[in-house]
Amino acid sequence: MIKTDILIIGAGPTGLFAVFEAGLLKLKCHIIDALPQPGGQLSELYPKKPIYDIPGFPEVKAGQLVDNLMEQIKSFQPGFTLGEKAQDIEKQEDGSFIVTTDHGTKHHAPIIAIAGGLGSFVPRKPPIANLSLFENKGVHYMVKDPEQFRDKSVVIAGGGDSALDWSIYLADIASEVTLVHRRNEFRGALESVDRVKELKDIGKIKLITPAEIVDVHGGEHLESVSIRMNNNPEEDFELDTDYFIPLFGLSPKLGPIADWGLEIEKNAIKVDNTLDYQTNIPGIYAIGDVNTYPGKLKLILCGFHEATLMCQSAFRRIHPDKRYVMKYTTVGGVTGFDGTRKEAPKAVIRSID
Amino acid sequence: MDVKITIVDREGTSHQVDAPTDMAMNLMEVIRSYELAPEGTIGICGGMAMCASCQCYVQSNTPLPEKGDEEEAMLAEAFYVEDNSRLSCQLPITERMEGLKIEIAPSEE
Repeated sequence: MIKTDILIIGAGPTGLFAVFEAGLLKLKCHIIDALPQPGGQLSELYPKKPIYDIPGFPEVKAGQLVDNLMEQIKSFQPGFTLGEKAQDIEKQEDGSFIVTTDHGTKHHAPIIAIAGGLGSFVPRKPPIANLSLFENKGVHYMVKDPEQFRDKSVVIAGGGDSALDWSIYLADIASEVTLVHRRNEFRGALESVDRVKELKDIGKIKLITPAEIVDVHGGEHLESVSIRMNNNPEEDFELDTDYFIPLFGLSPKLGPIADWGLEIEKNAIKVDNTLDYQTNIPGIYAIGDVNTYPGKLKLILCGFHEATLMCQSAFRRIHPDKRYVMKYTTVGGVTGFDGTRKEAPKAVIRSID
Repeated sequence: MDVKITIVDREGTSHQVDAPTDMAMNLMEVIRSYELAPEGTIGICGGMAMCASCQCYVQSNTPLPEKGDEEEAMLAEAFYVEDNSRLSCQLPITERMEGLKIEIAPSEE
């Protein structure tokens, strides 16, 4: 069981900055995120795009902002549970919470801060009628264990980097790799596109374009897929395969958090914006893009503000008897949990003779 | 100056709306400003052509700007794509759009 003061759900900019504000109050944080790396949307969707409205940064690339935030919070030693999705929450008798991920990892904290942005990123599933019947029975939306496909036939659909990269990787493992894409053009890295072409020329990858998978068939396990060429139903044909891996990128979904008993409005969690961004469940806060209140703006800079007020409120919940006044970092410096200390240099006082 | 645009929502209801040409708005933002699709189901990526949640079908012969590479690439990965599909976030509102008619594509689920 992982124990912490504030359990943050979501490693986007708002969740990361919350670690800093909590650290100033000597509160420890642990972050859960469904993605394998911190940064949320900024890392997953647009790491190379510039942002122009971070106060003090006339221009900063999204990926750079995440790097900076990670550096800023480093000395507060946040824990991370990455690649796992927060699934269940149980309130304990003492008012604290246990949050369990989809991998079964348990986290115990008196305060939960949901900084889930648009939700957790989950694979986009193509609208094929019987697809869900074969999930994990031949249909996989991501490759977790490539060895599973050894000496099996695999059909991959998609035209982006992950479709290209996995086609290349599995070409050496699977008995047969067929890549199906709706266009003749692929939009992945040039070297990946070139490599797929090489593998196609030597017969290690079968390329079917422009085409898409329109149906899946089988009994207990997937046995074949229907492929439509040129968007023309008359050209449909069936292809036997052991596995079908649709790779159409990720999209965010609020997911299991929607069932935690929180008040939801417009696909976001309602919070008290007059005070501390607490939800209808005391001890659970929602900050950043995941929350809503009158006048809400989904901006990183607003998330930073919300994270700061949330931490002050969390401190008062955890330490109801402690007296506290906010201190400027310029005055108090930053004392990390790792023993490091940053502070403003003392002014030199010297007389001039 | 405003232009009149007809927007058919995901339930099939037609709305005629005034879209401003002087606010640097795109069609996705016009749809959101009139709340013709629930928040969180349209314009999820904020207008970067990185999701297809604002996909629409163009139903009039109104002249529109050509698709850029990013829009083409996203439409190649999107679902429910038709020949007249566009990403509404990539369509800035201009005076030439007077009389445009579009239908919002189904949301991916």
